[in-house]
Amino acid sequence: MMTVAAGTNRIDPYLIPALDGVAYGLLVFVAASGLVFCFGVANILNLAHGMLYAIGGYTAAALLDGGWASLALALAVGVLAAAAAGVLLAGLLTPVATGNHLSQALLTFGVALAGGSLLVAGFGPDDPRVRVPAALEGSVVLAGHRYAAYRLVFIVVAAVLAATLYLVLRRTRAGMLVRAAVDDAEMVACLGVSPARIRAGVLAAAGALAGAAGVLGAPIIGPGTDTADTVLLLSLVVVVLGGLGSMAGTLLAALAIGEIQTLGVALLPSAAPFLLFAAMAAVLAVRARGLASSWRAA
Amino acid sequence: MRDRVVRWARGAVAALVLAGLVVAPWVVDDYTTALLARTLALALVGVSVALLTGVAGVPTLGQTAPYAAGAYACAVLGSRISDVGVVQLAVAAGAGAVLAALTVPLVVHARGVIVLMITLAIGELVVTVLGRWRSVTGGTDGLAGIPAVRPFWGLPAFGSDQARYLYALVVVATLVGAVLVLLRTRAGLLLRAARDDETRLRASGHRVPLYLSGAHIAAGAIAGAAGSLLVVAQQYISPADFGFDTSALLLLGVVIGGTASVGGALVGAALVIAVRDWLFGVLPGHAPLVLGVLFVATVYLLPAGVDRVRGRWRPSGPPHRPDAPAAPDQATVAELRR
Repeated sequence: MMTVAAGTNRIDPYLIPALDGVAYGLLVFVAASGLVFCFGVANILNLAHGMLYAIGGYTAAALLDGGWASLALALAVGVLAAAAAGVLLAGLLTPVATGNHLSQALLTFGVALAGGSLLVAGFGPDDPRVRVPAALEGSVVLAGHRYAAYRLVFIVVAAVLAATLYLVLRRTRAGMLVRAAVDDAEMVACLGVSPARIRAGVLAAAGALAGAAGVLGAPIIGPGTDTADTVLLLSLVVVVLGGLGSMAGTLLAALAIGEIQTLGVALLPSAAPFLLFAAMAAVLAVRARGLASSWRAA
Repeated sequence: MRDRVVRWARGAVAALVLAGLVVAPWVVDDYTTALLARTLALALVGVSVALLTGVAGVPTLGQTAPYAAGAYACAVLGSRISDVGVVQLAVAAGAGAVLAALTVPLVVHARGVIVLMITLAIGELVVTVLGRWRSVTGGTDGLAGIPAVRPFWGLPAFGSDQARYLYALVVVATLVGAVLVLLRTRAGLLLRAARDDETRLRASGHRVPLYLSGAHIAAGAIAGAAGSLLVVAQQYISPADFGFDTSALLLLGVVIGGTASVGGALVGAALVIAVRDWLFGVLPGHAPLVLGVLFVATVYLLPAGVDRVRGRWRPSGPPHRPDAPAAPDQATVAELRR
């Protein structure tokens, strides 16, 4: 899935993987922040999160035709479709007793299975090709290296997205409610905000984030039959590493995973299969208790 | 009196099911026998899931990790060193236990939905490793051509599906019996107590993390042994056998079976796996869709799910104690309600 843009005049072989890692990490961050919301605010382990990303990815593959207008259209359709799927999921979750984690997880898994099957039925079993806008198809020269223009633009766009997310969480009322719900859901309910509405809103926001990541990231982690699993796994590892306490933690974890998946593989190809595992084990083992208590305090 | 009747009826049903399982290979065709042998292996993993989820109160989606470790250890051992079933079983159980022991620090301090997430990540990472570590695991192609197993030194190797099935049945029955006996001892009591009121048990000087680690390692050993049975039953393994859908199916089976009941977990897991195999046979292509809808329907049919079962163990407790003792917000709720 990751193709390193190999230049003809490589001097420093690790600069390009490192930059790829940033792109990959930011993509994982946008996708994983939706899962962090679900988990932190609504206390739901949403196993259908990867499917929400896949919706965005398939939308991009179906609508993108090389023009800017199609990118905007795909982004709008993908975000709306994934957000709608999130709301549908919230509706399905309503009858399940809150706090019954097992039932919630199993229900979202059922939705992921059925949704994934529908996506494959609708778009075919082969991995579709994604066309980026023609202007971004080439590569640019960056400090003596050739680098895919789309990825460079993606890094900027994803950074803007992350900054917007931060501002929304910090400055708006909705963001305050989200942060309050992470800290003390009972108190938010006492303040008169319906938990069902928070759940629907959070799942819709998670869907929108996953959908946006799916559309914009389609050239990086493309749609396919195993996309949902890949994205879910990466997002889960981000949540495990970054915890639920802060956006900075999530961002750091996502960037670390991006670098592990690209730079780490370039540096230590023989250990590549174990790097993600080792990173998770190392971080958790070092701060296992701290992490658990920070989660408990969250 | 009523308890005695129930116990007697339960014993009778268990005996009937066991008798049915023993004669099954002579009633159905070879293909179904092979499927049944695989289902037995998965049902044994289901027992390990129930041990963690229901008895110890640590819900898990990652028991496919020790299961895969056991299966691959057994497959590598079988094709390179020894074809003796008992040795393979012991090595597989050891591999599962070692993997579980390695992941103890990740699991033992978390509770509730967080464990669910961490174990899921562990299981998925193990599958990723299996897919990429080609020199040992054969990558996504898996390992094929594993030689036939002989149950004990000097005995002939299994030549038929019936023999393999009966071997799996004997192993599963022995291990399940051992688990049932173990749960009747003090160890089982302490695990349930840790699940029901961890704070109180800690306050009375018990080292709850130690007990949970023990349960986690034991469950890993059981799942590893089940992996060895899978190798015997299929003579072929690939990472697809240990995917995330397998974990979810097993968890669903365990929830259907009543979460804390070992027998229920066996029946529930076997039922869910059988439905999956049947669906993939009759509806190629659309099986995941139907399976997903069945998942949702089952969750709706079991609305109280875990809570209802838990009530059985603690009839005098407060009516709405949440199942996960350490889910932070809920712990506070319980305090408020008390």
